[in-house]
Amino acid sequence: MNLRIIKSGILDTVQDQGRYGWQHIGINASGAMDRFSAEIANALVGNDPAQPVLEMHFPAAALFFEQPSLIAISGADFSAVLNGEPIPSYKPVLVNKYGILQFERLNQGARAYLAIEGGMNIRKWLNSYSTHIKAGAGGHTGRPLATDDEIRLNPSIDWQPYLRRQEFRVLPWRASSCWDKEPSAEIYILKGREFSGLADSSQLRLTETTFTLTPQSDRMGYRLHGDPVEMQQKDEMISTAVTFGTIQLLPNGQLTILMADHQTTGGYPRIAHVISAHHTRLAQLSPGEKIRFHITDYATAEALYVQQQAHLQMIRYGCQLKMEQFIHAGH
Amino acid sequence: MSSTIPYHIFPLGDAAMTVDFGARISPALNNAVMKLYHELQSAPLPGMKELTPAYSSLSVHYDLLQCSRLRPPERTVFEWMGELLHKRLKMLDHEESAPSREVIVPVCYDISFAPDLEALARQKNLSVEEVIHLHQANPYRVYLLGFLPGFTYLGEIDERITMPRKMQPNPVMAGSVGIAGLQTGIYSLASPGGWNIIGRTPLKLFDKDREPLTLLQQGDIIKFVSISKDEFEDH
Repeated sequence: MNLRIIKSGILDTVQDQGRYGWQHIGINASGAMDRFSAEIANALVGNDPAQPVLEMHFPAAALFFEQPSLIAISGADFSAVLNGEPIPSYKPVLVNKYGILQFERLNQGARAYLAIEGGMNIRKWLNSYSTHIKAGAGGHTGRPLATDDEIRLNPSIDWQPYLRRQEFRVLPWRASSCWDKEPSAEIYILKGREFSGLADSSQLRLTETTFTLTPQSDRMGYRLHGDPVEMQQKDEMISTAVTFGTIQLLPNGQLTILMADHQTTGGYPRIAHVISAHHTRLAQLSPGEKIRFHITDYATAEALYVQQQAHLQMIRYGCQLKMEQFIHAGH
Repeated sequence: MSSTIPYHIFPLGDAAMTVDFGARISPALNNAVMKLYHELQSAPLPGMKELTPAYSSLSVHYDLLQCSRLRPPERTVFEWMGELLHKRLKMLDHEESAPSREVIVPVCYDISFAPDLEALARQKNLSVEEVIHLHQANPYRVYLLGFLPGFTYLGEIDERITMPRKMQPNPVMAGSVGIAGLQTGIYSLASPGGWNIIGRTPLKLFDKDREPLTLLQQGDIIKFVSISKDEFEDH
């Protein structure tokens, strides 16, 4: 029994929390752009955090369920409808056999995640489900999903009786994506190796002006547009490692933020790095949106990440408990 | 312990740090990188997720949550991981280095595979034959695999055939051999790229279903050998 793609979206891929251990031969980690949201979707349906999810951009795919399934949607709000009727994000939803899931409008965010209870019957490549498009490996046959693709599902129980003859049923628990008490509108960064080589005026410009996401922004990286930033001296650099969130300065004075599909090494000045806790916010930005950076320190960056992970852990425990109660009650 | 190579440790965001042995292309520094890489592979630091060796630097990526649980209080993860890394570096013995493998890489320099060869020769006031001769005169060291799965960075080439990267990246075929500055390199996969392409190897540098995934590894010594177009097709 399968999940069938009735109509493909612009870029729907199978992703997980990333592929680690292969950067030494040039294989980057890939993985969900917004891992925090992907984890929430998995938690809502009782999946292990390492299970694969579908990462969707707008317009997103139309999906057909050939068997009763328990799903959850998180991340961007694309106005999900099931058989034409709106269904909520951040809540588990039971979907009956022959249910059709579609996404109608881009309301907020850039990437939505779909988790399905029991995960997907997909072969791992190098210990990860993530799609590596350049290598043509991982995920669903190493490429984005296309119309008529089928993915085998692995539900751990038969969800049919729990549906009570309805087409779908929203289950009575939810998760909050709000993990910081005082959410900041700014993206927090840590100074990079070449930050001190910036001209003084450029150091100020980095935090006192805004940068706009250009249409040349994708899973590999975000090209920003703003007042040009300059190094005091333009030295040739040799290639060295970069990472998710690294902000590179291109020769034309513009900045690029490296994202999930970034290359493993680079030779441009590393001005700064976006803190791990703010990757989720970064991943939900769309072209045209403005970014303001704020320089922070390691203690703050680490504390924010720990706080975010504690929030996730609470969601996992909470959902697990609700799920056990729900299944135990037998309805 | 008789030899030490100076180094710097600097953070690469909040979940990775880089040990830099000096921003130069040098076999000795690249050996130091490989030494540290193997040392950390065989005895990983707590919370370590993976390592990215480059020309003269090694980056350690770690699980920030796990490390923040393990670290002593009053210290940031960065400070603590930095100290652990310093300790390992102190014990590193740079004296002997692992023997290198030698690998022959056939290259066809036929114009149909080498869109930038004639322009490079013209620019350098050399004949195409001279460029080819200079390119394969010396063996090269595999300094790192990076950028793409299996992309091979080799150095250093004869100064008479150096060329800066092109301003605009072009589509490049898998197996293409290019020049950028003092480096020569092999595209393991088809990709947009800015290197000056002067030939192509029929060898498959990267295969997602093969074990090992890449034909070459850091530290290998390779020798380019010229082959004809017929030999390329027959390969």
